[in-house]
Amino acid sequence: MTLLGAVTDALKTEMRNDDRVVVFGEDVGKKGGVFGATEGIQAEFGEERCFDTPLSECGIIGTAVGMAVYGIRPIAEIQFMDFIYPAFDQIVSEAAKMRYRSGGEYTCPMVIRTPYGGGIRGGHYHSQSSEAYFCHTPGLKVVVPSTAADAKGLLISSIRDEDPVMFLEPKRIYRTHKGEVPDGEHVVPLGKGRIVREGTDCTVIAWGAMVSTCEKAADEAAKQGKSIEIIDPRSLVPFDEDIVLESVKKTGRCCVVYEAPKSCSFGSEIAAIVAEKAIEYLEGPVARVGGFDTPFPYSLEHLYMPDVRRVVEGIKKTFTW
Amino acid sequence: MTTKLLTIIEKDGKAAKDKDPNLSDAELRRVYRTMVQTRIMDERALTLQRQGAIGFYLQALGQEASHIGSALPMQDSDWFFPAYRQPGIMLLRGADLDDIVNEWFGNDGDTSKGRQMPVHYSLRSINFVSISSPIGTQLSQAAGAAMAAKIRGDDTVFMTYCGDGGTSSNDFHAGLNFAAVYQAPCVFIVENNQWAISVPSTNQTKSESMAAKAQAYGMPGVRVDGNDILAVYRVCKEAVDRARKGGGPTLVETVTYRMGSHSSSDDADRYRDAKEHESWKQRDPIERFRKYLEKKGIWNEEFQSEIEESFKQDLNDAIKRAKARPKPAAATLFDDVYLQPTQQLIEQRDELLGLEGPESDEIGEFPL
Ligand SMILES: Cc1ncc(C[n+]2csc(CCOP(=O)(O)OP(=O)(O)O)c2C)c(N)n1
Ligand SMILES: [Mg+2]
Repeated sequence: MTLLGAVTDALKTEMRNDDRVVVFGEDVGKKGGVFGATEGIQAEFGEERCFDTPLSECGIIGTAVGMAVYGIRPIAEIQFMDFIYPAFDQIVSEAAKMRYRSGGEYTCPMVIRTPYGGGIRGGHYHSQSSEAYFCHTPGLKVVVPSTAADAKGLLISSIRDEDPVMFLEPKRIYRTHKGEVPDGEHVVPLGKGRIVREGTDCTVIAWGAMVSTCEKAADEAAKQGKSIEIIDPRSLVPFDEDIVLESVKKTGRCCVVYEAPKSCSFGSEIAAIVAEKAIEYLEGPVARVGGFDTPFPYSLEHLYMPDVRRVVEGIKKTFTW
Repeated sequence: MTTKLLTIIEKDGKAAKDKDPNLSDAELRRVYRTMVQTRIMDERALTLQRQGAIGFYLQALGQEASHIGSALPMQDSDWFFPAYRQPGIMLLRGADLDDIVNEWFGNDGDTSKGRQMPVHYSLRSINFVSISSPIGTQLSQAAGAAMAAKIRGDDTVFMTYCGDGGTSSNDFHAGLNFAAVYQAPCVFIVENNQWAISVPSTNQTKSESMAAKAQAYGMPGVRVDGNDILAVYRVCKEAVDRARKGGGPTLVETVTYRMGSHSSSDDADRYRDAKEHESWKQRDPIERFRKYLEKKGIWNEEFQSEIEESFKQDLNDAIKRAKARPKPAAATLFDDVYLQPTQQLIEQRDELLGLEGPESDEIGEFPL
């Protein structure tokens, strides 16, 4: 099954399980979403539980907050993460703070699903990875799958979670990534990372579409005699520090890889955690391989996106200083 | 409320004498030429996309009267804050064809340096402000530019566009409200082409029309047959003249139809009824205008083939030149983030330029 198919599978599974779950957004009904993530959902569950909205992200998220506060389980689709900003206020001021500001009287369990990331010739507005804004907002959880099985298991956990979750779907690998996905019930807990491959010389941390790029880079590094351990945190908030620190303590080196602009990214946060809690184990500097501190380009996208040669270069930096 | 639909050219090409704006023969020919050129350009560009020569395209098929007719009363010094479906305005205002075609290819001759997807033009030469994908953002910006012109005492008029979907955006409200409060010289064109990708316009609002919304903002709202170029021109001329004389903003709804799919990544047959498409085909704006011109003795086959042949030639030449140009140089990636690059940008640029080995081959296709 593709990663995209696993998203659809998770939505259907939870909609069958829990009749409070509703799915809405732009083009999610008859068309089944511009990427096809909600294909067949309106046909199976009807227009009450899967519907197209007017073209307003602010409206989509504002109404989702209201629904969640009232007690149903909204899953809002934002067509591209790049178009989420009209809803920024509703996300960071409202959904994120509802529990805290009401002293726990009101809560906001909802999921915002949105495709993110580059590598699809989408230019500025169909490519960005803006997870850092949301990771920086207390009260929000931020989840990113990199495999089909994780997409299903993490999405089901996100829907069942009692807090608002941003579920970021790496669109470049929607169809190119294929893997086994368990039928029916399949839950992957939030806050538990995954060791993608074991190694002894350097820990590479990556999420979403960057995981497969790092796997290729690890093959390349192996040719140079370096054994790379790859960790996919799977959720950025809550973040599995243990799995990262344990690995870094073993390898003594750390390279973080992400698509977002290099500065002030979630990768910078990981570098800080490693520096704070594992400095005495480090045998070289922590490296960050990110996008550049520029808007996402069109024609030069292939240079902007971290690729195998840049990840290999980043790994090299952890050995040389 | 003026939400009745204004039509001037009948199906058979006849025009009501009292409503005909009586443009000169030369002007009528120029307008017709622009409409035909726009359609040829749209067809050619989509073919280029299908052949893999460019990454994306989005047509204005069926909406030629709506956007060319509305732009027609604007003067050279006036400004546009366009959406992404008004390519004919560039041709009407005499934009350099190379500037248009280079943008599709995102090559080193592109005015925006290959930074944006195809059809997101930026053409300062014709006062056509850089196009953005997020729906509606141009509406409040146009209102602001119009406020600025008023503050400076200039007599510039601003025209901005959105679709039926765009009327649901936050900026639609903000833009119309500000323009009305400050009586800014701004004309808002809603091209109601009935669809926002797969969502019908009846799903955007329960208002009886898009034009009706003007009343709540305190500005005139007019609904016009968007496939009738004379009607669109007449309504917009009035709005532009009023704005220039200090009479404030106007909302114009052009009722039209998106004859093609949303973009090169969409397949409208999956969600649209073929009968609907067929019925709008009978109302084709170019065909209708042609009949009008024919009745006036302005159009003949010769004129048609002259337009087609000369433009196809010009377009092919421009495409050939664009194909021959390289991508922008790698170092340009770091230009224009700020006037002066930061220390981090300089470091990142130098690092990139110093890399060895093959570049990424992981870029996939645009799936929407
Ligand atoms: C804020 C925002 N949300 C979603 C999108 C994705 N999107 C691109 S075009 C479109 C439909 C626009 O419809 P309409 O405003 O009617 O314009 P049309 O395409 O019909 O000209 C959508 C939803 C976007 N570009 N911006
Ligand atoms: Mg539309």
